[in-house]
Amino acid sequence: MGSYMMKRILVSIPLLLIISFLTFVFMNLSPQDPAEVVLHAQGVPKITDELMTQTKAELGLDKPFIVRYFDWLVACLQLDFGNSYVTGQPVWSLIGPAFLNTLKLTVVSSVVIIILSILLGVVCALREGTIIDQSVRGFSFFLATMPPYWLASLMIWYFAVKLDLLPTNGMDSYKSYILPVAVIAINYAGIYFRVVRSSVLNHLNEDYVLYARACGVPERKITMHILRNSLQVAVSIFCMAIPIILGSTVVIENVFAWPGLGSLSVRSILSRDFPIIQAYVLILAAAFVLFNTLSDIINAAMNPKLRKGL
Amino acid sequence: MKILRNLSKDRLAAASFILIVVTIVAGILAPYIAPHDPNEVNMRLRFAAPSWEYLLGNDHLGRCILSRLIYGIRPSVLWVLGALFISVLIGAIAGFIAGYFRGKVDFFMMRICDIMLSFPGYVMTLAVVGILGIGLKNILIAFILMKWAWFARVIRTAVMQYVELDYVKFSKVTGMSDIQIIWKHIVPVTLSDIAVVSSGSMGSMILQISGFSFLGLGIQAPNAEWGMMLNEARQVMFSRPELMLAPGLAIIIVVSAFNFLSDALQVALDPKLIRSTNKFQKQEVETEIRGGKIHEYTRS
Repeated sequence: MGSYMMKRILVSIPLLLIISFLTFVFMNLSPQDPAEVVLHAQGVPKITDELMTQTKAELGLDKPFIVRYFDWLVACLQLDFGNSYVTGQPVWSLIGPAFLNTLKLTVVSSVVIIILSILLGVVCALREGTIIDQSVRGFSFFLATMPPYWLASLMIWYFAVKLDLLPTNGMDSYKSYILPVAVIAINYAGIYFRVVRSSVLNHLNEDYVLYARACGVPERKITMHILRNSLQVAVSIFCMAIPIILGSTVVIENVFAWPGLGSLSVRSILSRDFPIIQAYVLILAAAFVLFNTLSDIINAAMNPKLRKGL
Repeated sequence: MKILRNLSKDRLAAASFILIVVTIVAGILAPYIAPHDPNEVNMRLRFAAPSWEYLLGNDHLGRCILSRLIYGIRPSVLWVLGALFISVLIGAIAGFIAGYFRGKVDFFMMRICDIMLSFPGYVMTLAVVGILGIGLKNILIAFILMKWAWFARVIRTAVMQYVELDYVKFSKVTGMSDIQIIWKHIVPVTLSDIAVVSSGSMGSMILQISGFSFLGLGIQAPNAEWGMMLNEARQVMFSRPELMLAPGLAIIIVVSAFNFLSDALQVALDPKLIRSTNKFQKQEVETEIRGGKIHEYTRS
């Protein structure tokens, strides 16, 4: 197990390096000169050549490409992502709190999604083909076709405006979590409960279940056995789901004006604030790789067969 | 033809197929079908209720909602279809090369795919839009960049099933060129897999791309696009919530049609599944289909 873990972590390091390099290259592909963007953003009325050279030197843009990449990488590892082009504040002071807010939303939603999909998946699998099963599946199929931002807007309109029960936006109290979490959970639980359902269904027909039944093991105990085995698949999928939710809260955050990474990144794109976009892409891509690694390790811990693969 | 006949047996799928065809035709012929100019502002008709002249009423600028919906098919469905086609094409070429030749080419290509897939979908799109600027074109470019790797993966797996089969080996021995073998013997058998995978991701692509337009990162006003229309409706959501209805329902209907069609296509294209009328087996198949879809969701 230890050697597997080491290998898996070692594999992810070059991937992280390549991702960071690509992020850096991407951002330098921009058709606009960053120095020009900075000057525009700071509202300088007339851009002279002299001013451009001076700004370039200030931003370190006059150094060779590779040198700039390594400088940037070392700085990033120290959480120094440079300064925002627009406000001049350090990027981390903007992204740090936003990341925390998004993380809170993601963790709460993930917990709800995991509980909901395991519950629904197990119930539907055990009652396969009944009205409960069919209606839950039909309903989730319908919900999957709904644009999440549309659902969110409708919920705001109904719960926040019409009934005046919940706040429409921001994150002030636990009440602010209810609507965004509900929308995200509806969106994803509909997908993930199917994984749990099909994996429980697959295990229902295994020999060990038949054997346990033949031996007269109580049904509740058999269910526990099935659950333990079938949740293996679920664990890896949930590990994959967390970074995806982290990245896809963009739309929901904007609808609910959640002060998180999604709102921040859309705002920075509209104002062409490159350092923030760069940091956002890097942080989320790194999170994606890390969670993938983690899910592989957890899977290997649960299922020794998988350890040989690497 | 046989596929079409099988599809037509499934009424839901047939209905979905007709709906999609009608939508596409309506989008192409928008200037002839739409009753009004989608950008014609008429402040006297602001928020007008549905009438015989304006079947779905008018929006906050007095524009005809029905005409905007019809013109909105172009960016919301047709352009998305185009982007899907390009990404499938790139993915297919990469997948065929990797799956057929294997070895170093395969290894190299799959590592590129790994890297592309290690950027979560939304983040990749935001990155591309951040670099190239906002606009529908850039969002579509981002989607092509992001999706081809996924298609390449799936198509490679499909190709690999057939490469080792005897008839392919036989063709190799008889001296057929690699390109001919791929074209004559491998493309036809993998076509069904490609159709299922690509139709399966159409629904989620429509949803995501309209989402970016909703955020204001896609198509720009005054162009009609379903996500954009919802964005405009959101501004007056508290006083006129009914404006959210038409574009939202349009998206739901088209996306469910694509989802139904892709499910039916999977069943219709797999000869094993047609013969089995057994209900239990059918259900098993369905869970498998979902399994495949889920995998895609976790990837995108």
